[in-house]
Amino acid sequence: MSLGPYASFILTSYALATVVVLFLIAWIAIDYRRQKERLRELDASGIVRRSGRSAMDIR
Amino acid sequence: MTLTDLANPTRFLTLTARLLPWLAASTAVLLLIGLYQSAVAPDDYQQGATVKIMFIHVPNAWLSMFVWGVMSLAALGTLVWRHPLADVAAKAAAPIGAAFTFLALVTGSLWGRPMWGTYWEWDARLTSVLILFLMYLGLIALWRAVEDPSRAARAAAILTLVGAINLPIIKFSVDWWNTLHQPASVMRIGGPSLDRAFLIPLLVMALAFSLLFLTLHLAAMRNEILRRRVRALQMMQASRRSA
Repeated sequence: MSLGPYASFILTSYALATVVVLFLIAWIAIDYRRQKERLRELDASGIVRRSGRSAMDIR
Repeated sequence: MTLTDLANPTRFLTLTARLLPWLAASTAVLLLIGLYQSAVAPDDYQQGATVKIMFIHVPNAWLSMFVWGVMSLAALGTLVWRHPLADVAAKAAAPIGAAFTFLALVTGSLWGRPMWGTYWEWDARLTSVLILFLMYLGLIALWRAVEDPSRAARAAAILTLVGAINLPIIKFSVDWWNTLHQPASVMRIGGPSLDRAFLIPLLVMALAFSLLFLTLHLAAMRNEILRRRVRALQMMQASRRSA
């Protein structure tokens, strides 16, 4: 597969799309862990939801 | 499970936990197929290999508008039906929409330099998409500036609906004004003007990016629900301490 004289433009486009999509995935995954960690801390401190269920019961 | 059941955040979290692994796997498979088809697609007789940029530029451009459309529906859900998940859906979609719009702008610019001889031109299509990107950033800033989600929801919903005026302007800018950007070649009266060799990889990539959005959106909505639960519990904790 030859990309011709404009290979740098094509490869930069695909590389940038890869980086942005991976950044989004990582950001959402890290945010999920952070929220679960906060809920775990609240659960450990004895705080329960109004329904009486544990803070960690996320389903 | 009916649609009204999804108004319950706990039920939504249960459904999301079941769906996300399947959606993530489907997205990965479709992306791999789309990338392979994009790699083996023939060169265009005029554009050469730069036509490969189309396979990521066009799906991102479509999604940049589609995500704002989803946010507009969610804004109606906030203002009219006061659906508990509507603001969660809009807030979770905004950063993803901003990322797709950013990619549409940058890959378009990288495609424009070899084809048009310039990275940027202040024409109607490019400028209206840049405005869309700035509106995404404005909405994200609004949500971050107001600590109470319920207070931010109404202002964000109104801003989103006002911003929706930009969507038909983006879509029809190439017909209404004389622009450097080419007119529609897929979603047009009379059917796509693209050859199948380019159309099929493009549609596969568009489907893959749409599934990617759905996956990321559901995951981001789950995070936002948990963030609001954390906030509610922290307020309960603070009120207990002060009592």
